[in-house]
Formats: sequence, structure tokens, C-alpha cells
Amino acid sequence: MTYLIIEQLLNGLQYGLMLFLLAAGLTLVFGIMDLINLAHGSLYMIGAFLAAAFYQAIGSFFPALLLAIVFTALIGIILERLLYRHLQRMSHLSQVLATFALILIANETVKIIFGAQPLMIGMPASLSGAIEIVPDELYYPSYRLLIIVVGLAVALGLYLLVNRTRIGMWMRAGASNPDMTAVMGVRIKPLFTFVFALGAALCALAGALLGPLLAVSVGMGESILIPAFEVIVIGGIGSMRGALVGSLLVGMIDTVGKLILTLGLRTVFDSATASTLGPTLASMSVSLLMVAVLYFRPTGLFPARG
Amino acid sequence: MNPTPFNTAGAVQTPFTQGLPGPWTAILVAVALAIYPLIMSSLGQDFYINLGSRVLIFALAASALNLALGYGGMISLGHAAFLGIGGYVVAVLANNGVYGAWLSFPLAIGMAAATAALIGVVSLRTKGVYFIMITLAFAQVFYYLAISLPDFGGDDGLQMSARSTVPGLDLSSALSFYFFVFFTAGLAFVLLYRLVASRFGRAIVAIRENERRMAAIGYPVMRLKLAAFTLSGGLCGLAGALLANASTSITPHTLTWHQSGLLIVMVILGGSGYFWGGLTGAAVYLLLEETIADHTEHWNLVLGALLLFIVMAAPNGVMSLRQQLAKLLGRKPESDATPLAVTANEGEAK
Repeated sequence: MTYLIIEQLLNGLQYGLMLFLLAAGLTLVFGIMDLINLAHGSLYMIGAFLAAAFYQAIGSFFPALLLAIVFTALIGIILERLLYRHLQRMSHLSQVLATFALILIANETVKIIFGAQPLMIGMPASLSGAIEIVPDELYYPSYRLLIIVVGLAVALGLYLLVNRTRIGMWMRAGASNPDMTAVMGVRIKPLFTFVFALGAALCALAGALLGPLLAVSVGMGESILIPAFEVIVIGGIGSMRGALVGSLLVGMIDTVGKLILTLGLRTVFDSATASTLGPTLASMSVSLLMVAVLYFRPTGLFPARG
Repeated sequence: MNPTPFNTAGAVQTPFTQGLPGPWTAILVAVALAIYPLIMSSLGQDFYINLGSRVLIFALAASALNLALGYGGMISLGHAAFLGIGGYVVAVLANNGVYGAWLSFPLAIGMAAATAALIGVVSLRTKGVYFIMITLAFAQVFYYLAISLPDFGGDDGLQMSARSTVPGLDLSSALSFYFFVFFTAGLAFVLLYRLVASRFGRAIVAIRENERRMAAIGYPVMRLKLAAFTLSGGLCGLAGALLANASTSITPHTLTWHQSGLLIVMVILGGSGYFWGGLTGAAVYLLLEETIADHTEHWNLVLGALLLFIVMAAPNGVMSLRQQLAKLLGRKPESDATPLAVTANEGEAK
């Protein structure tokens, strides 16, 4: 029982860190460019599909991962130059509509190119086993551990980038007050492009890493987009620390909540009902957490502006 | 258009007078919509009558959203919830043997309005992007509820063995159902007209334009916005009740955020803050879908491209193109219309 909970805690950490990869890009774009990008999930989907395509072409996992990241970042740069730069000047309503349109276009284009069937990415053979954490009691898949390690490394890297470098200082300044930042002489347009490319690259990293665990399919962007939005709203738009805390919170509630709620409900309902109700209630509680946070702290836990 | 210097960023700019149609337009629209099914019926085209019913139902839903979004400036990305609640109330009652519309329809409207009031109390405390996200989160809660409760049929949704019953009317034929929708939606449109033409309507448009000033003058801003949001949710619930009847079924798909997005798309296609925006948008959307989906399975690609074009070329919707044209032909575009924050960014670029 304890080991089951530990395993779920690790799964929650893993899901939370992957959410963080998306939320980090989303919160920066949101905070610095004041742009609501519903199509962020589409970049995640595109990254996963590119990784699957490259994997099928070269048959090796890590080079495919790298190529996917580079190409998705390029797509991000092109999108920023062609579309987001103009959207930024428009109302939030226009941004919602235009990025909603992008989702439709991205989904349909991917369907045309790759077909409606989900693709599979093979796990690297060296990581397909499980690691014994507690002898004979607790095994954990080494691939999932890799995801956790990569997620932690990226989080640390982003922390250093945002807090210890000049670009990071510009980013924080931009998130806090873009106009003043521009007036103080920061060339904010190249900064936007960089932030957007970084966000796209992080999306591709998450998409490619999760590829072997999930099926790479057309609707995958939307299913992770809503939790990612909830994360950044909980954490406070524009705040990197908020994104990390929010991701871990949402990841834990979703994963551990599922287990605890399902087990708890078994005492009241029959097991079939409990195992459908549990996950739903966990997803609902994430949404309700966001509602509660917004009610008491309308700008999130760690407001960036102010 | 004569924007005040206090324009809030992102406000939809529709002069109040353009939000109201003349009486002749209304009569013309009503007559055309009444004749349409008779012609189709004489041609034996039941399919097009049903399409007409769907257009009217979505016109009602989009117009309800327009009240909150277009007139009130509340960008709700969660109106699918109210549509779904209306539909599920009717379907759940029907599955328990209650088919009378006299009971199920008021209940559908009441449930949707009550939910909207609750969501509004919490959401309206937030602004801008946060409001968009919180309405989305609430709608997701209802979506999860619908897919998980076995009594609601889970992923498959609920089937109704017949349409709701109305005394003295048999709704099973396409034509009679069309006229039922026509009169129900017509009533709702009259109500909406009375609302936006009243002091209340003027007040919510004014709040959209400058909330702080309205509060300073002494208007109960929160209460007015909440009232508009609740009415909008209730009318959306009515549309949901009709929608469940149209297909004698309801699925969780009605509750997805995709559906909320499509409702916004319809409002924008038609023109947000214009009285006929909802009807125009629903008609344009459903007719386009019908024609284009006949030729290609990639309808969503066409829709996406079209939407992008509209956002870039006519951000205030098709109904605003007339003004845009006049502006192009007549006088220079007014540059003051850009919000203050943006001008600062542009200045940096030059």
C-alpha cells in the first residue's frame, strides 16, 4: 500500500514535470507578450508527431528527439513572425479565435500528413526495463525515471536562465511591465521570438518524451492544454516559480487524487463505479482548485505583475 | 465610431445604435424564416427543414452568448456548459418518463440560469484572461461530470425515445418541430430585443465600454453583469433543450470546450454586439459546414483558414464589414481605436 502510493507520487511528479514543460512556455508567452495562445498544445502535438516521424526514419530515439525539438522551435519562430507578432496587438477575443483557428488547422494538417491512426514511438532499449528502488517491493520503469530527471534538469536550467542571465532579466522585466522594459532600451521583439521558440522547443521535448508512454494522436494537444492553462492560472500568469509549483500541485492532485479517490469510493460504491468516478473527480478537483485559487487570489499564487 | 480616451484594451467597439435592428428588418427576417420551411416542405426536402431548425437553435445559443460577450464584453469560453445542461435536463427527464415540455423546458432554462448565476458570482470577480480561463474551467467540470456519471450515459450520452410533448402539437414531423423552434426562439429573440433596448441593455454596453466610470456614476456594475450573464446562460439552456429534441439525443460532445469555441466563432462570424450577429453567424457557420463538408472531409482546415482571415481582416465580424467598407471608401481609418498599451509597443518598433 505504501509502495503503491510512492509509485503514484513518482507518477505524479513525472506528470507534473511534463506539465511544467508546457506551462513554462505558456506562462512566458502569456506574461511577456500578453498573448493567450490556445494553440500551445498543438506545438506539443507537432513535436510528438515529428519525433515519431524522425524515429521511424532513423530508428533511434535520442537523435529523433533532438531533431523534433529543433524543427518545432523553427515552426514556432515562423508562427511568431507570421502570426503572433500581429495577434499581440489585438484583443484577447481575437487571440482566442485566431489560436482556436490554428488548432483546427494544425489538427487537420497533421491528419492529412500522418493519417488518423495514432503513431508509436519505441522506447530506447537501454531504458525499457525497470529499476529496483526497494528490493523486491518497489520497481519503477527506468524510462519514467529518465523523464523525471530530464524534467528536473530543465526546471533547474530554466531557473538559472531566468534568474541568473541577462536574457532572463529581460524576460522577468518583460513579464512585469513590457512597455517600461521597451522604454528602458531592451529590444523586446527579438526577445519575443526567442521566448516563443523556447516555448515551442519545450513543447516538443514534452511531446517527444511522452511519445513512448502515450499514443501520438491528433487530439493529444487539447487534452494537455487545459491542465497546462490551469497550472499557469493557479501559479500566476508570467511567473516561472508559479508554473513549477502549479504543475507539481496539479500533477500530484491528478495522479495521487485518482488513486485515493478511487480507493475511497470503493468503500461506498462498487469497484466499477468507483474506478470511473475516481479519475473524473480528480480531474474536476483540479478545475475546482483553480476556481478556488482565483476566488481568493484573483491573480494566482505568485503574481508576476505588480 | 468615436472612442473615448478611456477605452479599455480589448473592448469590442460597436456603437450602441448599431446593436439594434429596425422593426422592418425584424419583420422581414421573421417572414423569410416562416416561408422557408413551407417552400422546402412543398419540395419534399425534410433535410433542409431540419437544417433550418438547427440554424435557429444555434442562432438562439449564439445570440444568448452575444448578450454576454458582444453587449456585455464578458468573453466566456464556457457557454457549452449551459447548452449541455439544458440538453441533459430534457434528456434525463425523458429517460425517467417525463416528456412534457411544460415541465422540462422551464427546468432546463432554470437549471442553466442557476448554474450561470453561480459561475458568474465566482468568475466575474476576475477580469480579462483570467475570466476566459475560469469559465473554461467551470465548463470542464460539467464535461467531466457528464462523461463519468453512469446515469448520464457516460461517453455515449443519452438517447430519447421521442421528442418532448407539447399539448395540441405533434413535434415528430420536421415541419412542426421547425415551427416549434421558430416560435420558441422567436419569443427568446423578442425578449433579447427588449433587453438590449432597455435601460439595462444600455447599462451593460456602457459597462463594457468603461466599467470604472459606470461604477463611479453609481451603477451596480457587478449585479448588472451577473444579471446579463445569468440571462445569457438561461437562454443558452433553452437552446440546449431544443438541441436535445432536434436529434432526440445528447452527448458529452455538446459540453466540450471545442463547442464553447464554436459558439464564440458563430458570434464573431456574425458580429459581436450586433442584434442579428448570432443568427447571421449560426446561419453562415452551419451552411458553410454543410456545403464544404460535402466536398471535402477537411472542413476544419477550411474553417480554420477562414477564421484566421476574419480575425485579421474583420475583427468585429461580418456585420461590421459594411462599416469597414464605408471607412475605406469614405474617410481615413481612425487610428485612435488602438488601445493605449499597444501604442507604446508600436512606438518602440518604429
